Amino acid sequence: MAMASAAITQDEKPNYLNADYGIKSWLLTTDHKRIALLYLISITMFFFLGGFFAMLIRLELLTPAGDLVTSDTYNKLFTMHGIVMVFLFLIPAVPTVLGNFLVPMMIGAKDLAFPKLNLASWYVYILGGCWVLYAIITGGVDTGWTFYTPYSTTFSNTNVVAAAVGIFIAGFSSIFTGINFIVTIHRMRAPGLTWRRLPLFIWSNYATSVIMVLGTPVLAITLLLVAAERLFHLGIFNAQLGGDPLLFQHLFWFYSHPAVYIMILPGMGVISEVVTCFSRKRVFGYDFVALASICIAVLGFLVWAHHMFVAGISVYAAMVFSLLTFFVAIPSAVKVFNWIATMYQGSISFETPMLYAFGFIGLFTMGGMTGLFLGSLGIDVHVHDTYFVVAHFHYVMVGGMVMAYMCGLHFWWPKITGKMYPEGWAKLSALLTFVGFNLTFFPQFILGYMGMPRRYHAYPPEFQVLNVLSTAGASVLAVGYVLPMIYFVWSLRYGQDAGPNPWRAAGLEWMTSSPPPTSNFETTPVVTWEAYNYDEIDKQQEVPVAS
Amino acid sequence: MEQQKETATLGMWLFLVTEVMFFGGMFCAYLIYRMDYYTAWVAGSERMNIYLGTTNTAVLICSSLTMVLAVHFAKLGNRKATAIFLVLTILLGLGFLGIKGVEYHEHWVHHEFPGPNFHFDAPKPGAALQYSPKNVEIFFSLYFAMTGLHAIHMIIGVGLLTWLLVRNARGDFSAYYNSPIEMTGLYWHFVDVVWIYLFPLLYLIRHK
Repeated sequence: MAMASAAITQDEKPNYLNADYGIKSWLLTTDHKRIALLYLISITMFFFLGGFFAMLIRLELLTPAGDLVTSDTYNKLFTMHGIVMVFLFLIPAVPTVLGNFLVPMMIGAKDLAFPKLNLASWYVYILGGCWVLYAIITGGVDTGWTFYTPYSTTFSNTNVVAAAVGIFIAGFSSIFTGINFIVTIHRMRAPGLTWRRLPLFIWSNYATSVIMVLGTPVLAITLLLVAAERLFHLGIFNAQLGGDPLLFQHLFWFYSHPAVYIMILPGMGVISEVVTCFSRKRVFGYDFVALASICIAVLGFLVWAHHMFVAGISVYAAMVFSLLTFFVAIPSAVKVFNWIATMYQGSISFETPMLYAFGFIGLFTMGGMTGLFLGSLGIDVHVHDTYFVVAHFHYVMVGGMVMAYMCGLHFWWPKITGKMYPEGWAKLSALLTFVGFNLTFFPQFILGYMGMPRRYHAYPPEFQVLNVLSTAGASVLAVGYVLPMIYFVWSLRYGQDAGPNPWRAAGLEWMTSSPPPTSNFETTPVVTWEAYNYDEIDKQQEVPVAS
Repeated sequence: MEQQKETATLGMWLFLVTEVMFFGGMFCAYLIYRMDYYTAWVAGSERMNIYLGTTNTAVLICSSLTMVLAVHFAKLGNRKATAIFLVLTILLGLGFLGIKGVEYHEHWVHHEFPGPNFHFDAPKPGAALQYSPKNVEIFFSLYFAMTGLHAIHMIIGVGLLTWLLVRNARGDFSAYYNSPIEMTGLYWHFVDVVWIYLFPLLYLIRHK
């Protein structure tokens, strides 16, 4: 007689969702799990706002002429798309939604080190996000999300200061989260949980937090100086005074390059968790994958000027940055190889999270390799500021990071809500996302190589076919994103009850009920096993076949 | 409680690291432009009021002393002494801000604030120190940006100290629990250290 679980419904067992009711219990919560859900809702809203701008961009690009919107409006569209997607979606998404929910649980803690700081982090994010919304509603910004001077400081007539202040405020949200994670991981691990027994999701979020803490302040001061130049004529970047517009670019990219690693590292952490679970195998080369996260964080700070190869830096500097850019690809490649080696001779199954993980590995690899093309000086001269760059970063950010986010949402949805999503619809969405993504962005590699510049609302007629394919792909991709919104909400009411560990996954978060109680664990766990001990897990749950 | 204090300390140090990176961006800009426009930097620095700057430095160092003493007495559970030294720190901080205000006013009336009202005399043709007044405007831009940001941090610090004063009066602190005072102390010392760097870089460049 196998485990006969009593039919206890969600409503009867006390958990963090039914622990308290009313809007105040959510808006004044210090429970990391509730804060994660607050973030989930706000981030989803900003994702669709950014997607709305993308839709307008792709609609304009259906025809070669600039006929849907004026060029000024088009400049605002791609700027707002970039600002919303980068600062209000990609940077926070996995750390604040999945990280906030899971980091304490994965280390056996009751909450993060600074629960009130965690809530403050969300409020600061909302304040920054609303400030950016204000900038959008009152006319938008047209400088590009990169705010290059002197256009942003002197010539643009749009809401540069408002947008800069909004991003500045939102940056503090990152900093608070980063501080919280670092201190939590250092100080609050359960007894027996040594560093080398930690799930790789923790290592990834730790490395991400280090980057957040070191890099975000530099963006903060850079944006502040742009605002100061506009408001108070403190002309630090003003060429008429002898100021250097390139100084802005150096300061800006010093944050914004590590920022892309803030975006991707947590996603990689998700993939490590999912690939091991659905291969029923411990990760290949745990130490190397953990070390790779740290190396990406460190090396990521050394390559910023590869965004500036044709901006007027010296050839010798460019060569150094190109070489360093090649180095930073190595730890990412190590991770990809180790995931694949994990799958080798594993017992692979194709549930939705694993489908997204496969998508991630393929698309991130393509994006990463095209990053190497861009890091090669000769090629970059040809494709810089073309759609090749746009395709590259969308491959790593959307094909990589957003897929990893969807992967993680599906994998941990049963834990977060206690419900299973409908697997058929989920698989369909994953497929639509993959097909739609490739149809959207692969043509852009070709367009860029053929010379179509980025940030242009009109283009030569010979580029139209590829642009139409791209827009068609974007429509499919949109469906792939809208469907999960629908079925996730549906599952809250009608989804199958999940139980504590529907995936038979390793990890402390699966050893408590779904949804978890407010204090996460009935008693603090004591850890005596290695991470990803799937051979032990599968042995324990072998049920002898009745003869 | 010990674990909580260690945790809070690690958190505060991490925050101070972010502050280093924050100010660091401007120090970086300062260093680069100083290399390019050294003579303009000298010309700008010679317009700084070295007496007020030195006084301010002394004021801030004293305020760090009073802050240390506030933390010390908080750890002993001596509420009254803690209050006295918190008040002294606040007063010294306000004194710093007042002197800074005087300096800013002086610069303003001498047309040394960047923007349309900026005016800096060009050097005479045979003079030893040759510079471009435009570059001096960048010096002043950095001066106001760096000391301005520093002053904002001081104001925040004074605000935090006032809040600590209120909590201390309410009896929130004891020999057992006083980490907010210690953490604010760390912040205050950091703001002091930033000034220690700013002062020589802005006030003490003199023509060789």
